[in-house]
Amino acid sequence: MPETAKRGDTVEVRTMITHPMESGFRLNNVGQPIPRHIVQSFTCTYGGKEVFRAKLHPSVSTNPYFVFYVVATQSADLIFTWTDDRGGVATHTAHLTVSD
Amino acid sequence: MSSADERTRRRQVLRALAAGACLLVVRPAAATPESLAAALRETFGDRPITPGRVKLELPRLAENGNVVPVTVTVDSPMTEQDYCERIYIFSELNPLPRVLEVQLGPYNGRARISSRIRVGTTQKMSAVAAMSDGSIWSATVDIEVTVSGCGL
Repeated sequence: MPETAKRGDTVEVRTMITHPMESGFRLNNVGQPIPRHIVQSFTCTYGGKEVFRAKLHPSVSTNPYFVFYVVATQSADLIFTWTDDRGGVATHTAHLTVSD
Repeated sequence: MSSADERTRRRQVLRALAAGACLLVVRPAAATPESLAAALRETFGDRPITPGRVKLELPRLAENGNVVPVTVTVDSPMTEQDYCERIYIFSELNPLPRVLEVQLGPYNGRARISSRIRVGTTQKMSAVAAMSDGSIWSATVDIEVTVSGCGL
């Protein structure tokens, strides 16, 4: 995403996280199912307010990638949070500076 | 061992091999159109789903079903009065019919999302948009897959 924007502009946000997204439907080399391990939810807050929430199922590819849009209203942090089904949580913060 | 016995034995071995081959191709039950219908009913109840206002962009032919780029664009002004609340992606034949659900609001400015998904086999994929006025819109496209999304 850009670091700066004009107030009222719609900003494109691209995110990707490294994660196996093991679907739980695959078998290992001795024929046993490989346990599911997926990112279940991804959220983004902007200035503390939630502006994007995704619920992921096993059909989302390895290293989940998202593009979405946000209207630039104020200079604030965007906080991205990924949560997986084993309690793993990853966060990333990016700052957007908004000018008039 | 007589040759008749040997033939019987050979037949048994072949039969065992054939049975083994059948076992190898047993895969988790794929989502059938019925389970897709069930998922749609569970999500939207009896509300009508109207084709239109949604554009689902997927490659016509995906060489690698493991990583298929997808973009959903909904025709919505995204104002406080009239916006797209949720976008869903559904699959007809993946092991699970639900692929992705996102929540949006007027703060997004554009009702458009992109991601990368797995497509298990040649099938129809659908995107459904739920609007703030309660209406539900959809788009369905055909996708052909050369190498299956084996990650499923």
